[in-house]
Amino acid sequence: MTQYIIRRLIQSLFIIWGCATLVFFMLRMIPGDPVIQMLGPEYTPEAADALRHKLGLDQPLHIQYIRWFGNVLTGDLGGSIASGETVTGAIATGLPKTLSLAALSFLIALVIAVPTGIIAALRRNSGFDYAASIVAFIGVSMPSFWFGIILILIFAVRLRWLPAIGYSEITEDGVGEWFKRLILPSLAIGAGYSAILMRFVRAGLLEVLGSDYVRTARAKGVREQSVVLRHALRNSLIPVVTVIGIQLALLLSGTVVVETVFSIRGIGRILVGAIFDRDYPMVQGVILLIAVIFVLANLIVDIVYTFLDPRIHYS
Amino acid sequence: MARATHTSEAADIIAGTGSATALTSGRQQSSGFRLLRRLQRERKAIAGLVIIALLTLLAIFGPLLAPYHPDADDFGILQAPTLEHPMGTDSFGRDLFSRLLIGTRVSFSVGVLAAIAALAIGGTLGLAAGYYGRWVDSLISRAIDLLWAFPVIILAVALVAIFGAGFRNVVIAIAVAYIDDFARIVRGETLSLREQDFTMAARALGARDDEVMGRHIVPNLVAPLTVQLSFAVGLGILTESTLTFLGLGVNPATPTWGLALNEGRDFVRQAWWISVFPGLAIVVTVMALNLLGDGLRDALDVRGVSDV
Repeated sequence: MTQYIIRRLIQSLFIIWGCATLVFFMLRMIPGDPVIQMLGPEYTPEAADALRHKLGLDQPLHIQYIRWFGNVLTGDLGGSIASGETVTGAIATGLPKTLSLAALSFLIALVIAVPTGIIAALRRNSGFDYAASIVAFIGVSMPSFWFGIILILIFAVRLRWLPAIGYSEITEDGVGEWFKRLILPSLAIGAGYSAILMRFVRAGLLEVLGSDYVRTARAKGVREQSVVLRHALRNSLIPVVTVIGIQLALLLSGTVVVETVFSIRGIGRILVGAIFDRDYPMVQGVILLIAVIFVLANLIVDIVYTFLDPRIHYS
Repeated sequence: MARATHTSEAADIIAGTGSATALTSGRQQSSGFRLLRRLQRERKAIAGLVIIALLTLLAIFGPLLAPYHPDADDFGILQAPTLEHPMGTDSFGRDLFSRLLIGTRVSFSVGVLAAIAALAIGGTLGLAAGYYGRWVDSLISRAIDLLWAFPVIILAVALVAIFGAGFRNVVIAIAVAYIDDFARIVRGETLSLREQDFTMAARALGARDDEVMGRHIVPNLVAPLTVQLSFAVGLGILTESTLTFLGLGVNPATPTWGLALNEGRDFVRQAWWISVFPGLAIVVTVMALNLLGDGLRDALDVRGVSDV
């Protein structure tokens, strides 16, 4: 197992290196002169030269690459062209908001998906099962940003229970206000995520409930509640861990769009804003960060999986 | 071997390409009809297919059916739904129903073109990786791993940021973002098909690589790829609407569902209909494609292809 973990670690480092290289070339792939694109109407030959020098674009490509890598390794992702702040600084202010949103969305998804999936599996082919299946189908097919708008329409505009937009710092306004501002965007992201998880919880539990050891437990006279909770559920949730890892992309993608709907300046909104400002150093920094988070999160999920399921042999 | 034959015939029925061969053999015919009956029993697939057929008709004849020109803006702004304007009017005084009808064609075109492009590129890469193995597999698999490291929306957003918005670039961006899904499926299937008896026999008889791939491997990939294609079209439509909603999609002058949502966002307090109806159009379309994919997967007994 140790060997597997080491191999996965090395593999992840290579993927991160590949991502950083792709992001480096991103700026160089822009059709025409990226500096002219970035400056837009403010273009003058002098301003272009200055920006080219600032970004190191006047250096040979291999020097640019080495310098970019050295900077990335030390956490220096350059400076924003639009606002003047450092990319790392902007990310440091945006990341906690995005992570709060992602964490709450994940929690909501779990709270909805696990009980619904269990009941749907235990009452297979019942009205509840069919209803859950239909709702899950709708959830998977629904754009999170649209569901966000619908939630604003219902809970902020019609019922006036919750604020429509914005973010509150937990340290400044307290947990209550933070939660009130985050609940709608988290629901918007968590709904689709829970639909996927629910289908896997249901399928996993159904498979385990049909296995020999569950039949043996029942034959021994173990109470049904105990069969489900102690024998079946724990094992059925193991594959769900993998799904959680794979679907992290959905969670991260969801935050990018939903932050725009709810005017939360997390890394998603920073990214979209930077694209409109043609602030390419910022775009590069945020995209690299998201890729690294995604790769590392999947690595963690894979490692957790090896501890959860001792039956698996890794070669 | 049984699985290979089974999936190939099933795929022929779905793709509508195998009728000639199926009719030449009684055994094949009965097997084909059995699969057709299985497909008919898949209520999900039938429901999805009916909705998709209706939407396809709307995409083709939308401009003829639209009661008003999509850019006509003399109906009064933000009018609630009435008999004259069943989905109300938008902030420019345009008929929302007419705009959504026209938008059906754009959304479908982007979804279908992006999915086909992803299939063509990803399928070819997966086929080469799975069939040739060794360094070809290593090289392609590492490139696919790299693509996979970027969540779809992030990759699509990044590509639009580099190459600019617009119909063609959006199609390319979405296609690139979904290449890895097709490549992984085709690689996995090819790895298994390469070792099957009929493939080895063809090679032993001196068939060239392109003949083995074209006659023995690709026909067996049609079933899983048909399933994945229906999911990919739905995901493509979702991604297009997301990009357009963010202002990074097709030309702002083109009426699309995502654009209607983008324009409706600022008027959510005054005009719920601008946000609700375009979103419903997306949900119904993507759900129909998911139902179709799910039903096909069950009918064709395809494993390893997931909509999630």
